[in-house]
Amino acid sequence: MSKGRFGVHGGQYIPETLMNAVIELEEAYARWKDDPGFVSELEGLLKDYAGRPSLLYYAEKMTKDLGGAKVYLKREDLNHTGSHKLNNVLGQVLLAKRMGKTRVIAETGAGQHGVATATAAALMGMECEIYMGEEDTVRQALNVYRMELLGAKVHPVKTGTRTLKDAVNETLREWTARVSDTHYVLGSVMGPHPFPTIVRDFQSVIGREVRAQLLEKEGRLPDALLACVGGGSNAMGLFYDFIGDPQVRLIGCEAAGRGVETGETAATIAVGTPGIFHGMKSYFCQDEYGQIAPVYSISAGLDYPGIGPEHAWLHDTKRAEYVSITDDEAVDAFEYLSRTEGIIPAIESAHAVAYARKLASRMGKDQIVVVNLSGRGDKDVAAIARYRGVALYE
Amino acid sequence: MSKRIREAFSHGKAFIPFVTAGDPSLEVTARLVPAMAAAGADLIELGIPFSDPVAEGPVIQQADERALAAGATTDRIFELVRQIRRETDVPLAFMTYLNPVFTYGAERFLKACGETGVDALIVPDMPFEEKGELAPFCRRYGVDLVSLIAPTSRARIRMIAAEAEGFLYCVSSMGVTGVRSRITTDIGGMVAEAKRASDVPCAVGFGISTPEQAAEMAKHADGAIVGSAIVKLAAKYGADCVPHVERYVREMKAALNLG
Repeated sequence: MSKGRFGVHGGQYIPETLMNAVIELEEAYARWKDDPGFVSELEGLLKDYAGRPSLLYYAEKMTKDLGGAKVYLKREDLNHTGSHKLNNVLGQVLLAKRMGKTRVIAETGAGQHGVATATAAALMGMECEIYMGEEDTVRQALNVYRMELLGAKVHPVKTGTRTLKDAVNETLREWTARVSDTHYVLGSVMGPHPFPTIVRDFQSVIGREVRAQLLEKEGRLPDALLACVGGGSNAMGLFYDFIGDPQVRLIGCEAAGRGVETGETAATIAVGTPGIFHGMKSYFCQDEYGQIAPVYSISAGLDYPGIGPEHAWLHDTKRAEYVSITDDEAVDAFEYLSRTEGIIPAIESAHAVAYARKLASRMGKDQIVVVNLSGRGDKDVAAIARYRGVALYE
Repeated sequence: MSKRIREAFSHGKAFIPFVTAGDPSLEVTARLVPAMAAAGADLIELGIPFSDPVAEGPVIQQADERALAAGATTDRIFELVRQIRRETDVPLAFMTYLNPVFTYGAERFLKACGETGVDALIVPDMPFEEKGELAPFCRRYGVDLVSLIAPTSRARIRMIAAEAEGFLYCVSSMGVTGVRSRITTDIGGMVAEAKRASDVPCAVGFGISTPEQAAEMAKHADGAIVGSAIVKLAAKYGADCVPHVERYVREMKAALNLG
């Protein structure tokens, strides 16, 4: 069996043309990840450029309103560029520079990963091209302009369902065509080995900070960690440091879209079956013949028919739980957090907030829940207005 | 090596056309395959359409979309192969992605290949390191698992060639499938490197469309694979594509063996 396995999941299922590229990436990562110069440069950027550590905020009003467990919010939305995506991008672009690459390419769904990649490329003087489903360029028009402002070229992807899955297809195709000077900055804990490991490692700063911050504030570990899951990078980043603490529940919140029973859903663990796609063995939304299903969620960032292989393994081993949150519940939570705490969450993160509302109220007052607020919701305001029937366009 | 695959490389340089099964319909594919065989095709690649073919350019992506929309499924394609085998003994290779095979069940899929008369299987998103997914079942049911080498393979060529079955698929260019005006890779060098490790025939694919390109490839390799150029004819002429494809196959087979 090949490298990069999480149980039966993971692996390196990619065209031969890319094999040497992922082998070189794996070697470069092993060479640099513990190099003192690399580590200090990355830590410096995370602190002085991204604004880390991000705050761990006690949501007192929300806690009182729900009447159960104490709710803490991990404020990844306060990072530069407005989401957790920059943690991974800074690491990967630094690595790409060490590898002598001069150009980066990336897929994006909601645009958060694309904006983060364009930002890091601008900072480090790299050429940058972003692939984004045409439908998402409409849903997230402001982010397209933002990426262009940062000097990136944005390619609307017009194939397939014209969403995140197709953006990944097109970025893989582009990487196959031009691999010698180009690094593919994969945005989630997915794809062929070593990406799921690299992205998880760069995102694991989230969980390490939560542990230290909560020990300082409460003198104990949390009872449950909640994060939204598309590919699963912010969830993996939060969970990773706690996998060995069995008393801490790890809960991933998938996008049910209009409901897991409607067919218009992106909840992979709920409706998916084992498959091999986008370089990895994992669970996928697909039909009986292995054709990848068109998925749906109000959230462009969770609108993906698969899930990272380490999540698939956490599911198989029952170490993590995966729940589904509908569009309606996510939009309610989006408005709830805005009014209750004065924090507008990304619609992706609102899926985790929605489950926190259900869960915390059922838990004891002596218990603690940490919700990963993976991104801020400015980008979603117009879409939510339209969802509520307000004809607002950017 | 399966008997029919060996046979494919025994009539001069092999011409290997590709069509997406079910584009524009399974009925047309059923007529197209025997017609290509009669026109001189030495081995025919039948594509099982996939929703997300990451190694394909726009021409074959659209063919896959058309075929799926017209109702092609893995089961119906096995039925198609049964029908084709009543008419021709031409060597047949399936070309598809790993997910349709894995989801169907690797053993069930390869058993059906063996029973219906599919001689080889090409899976572009399954590299050497992952071939354990299918290799045991290919051996059990007598189906050659075709390996690919690419312009970036370098030191990997010998490792891959040493275990190659059927024929070695030499990817001529970087990027995805599709017609190219020029092929700049040192194909001769790639093939020579492979031949040092194996005597398996080498066929070149990706980007070949004209008789001139085919003749050039024939200098270096044992055969030429053409996909997008044929799929374009199917797209242009639809149900009436058979005579156009036949003419093209005849022309290409002749060009390959001029030298």
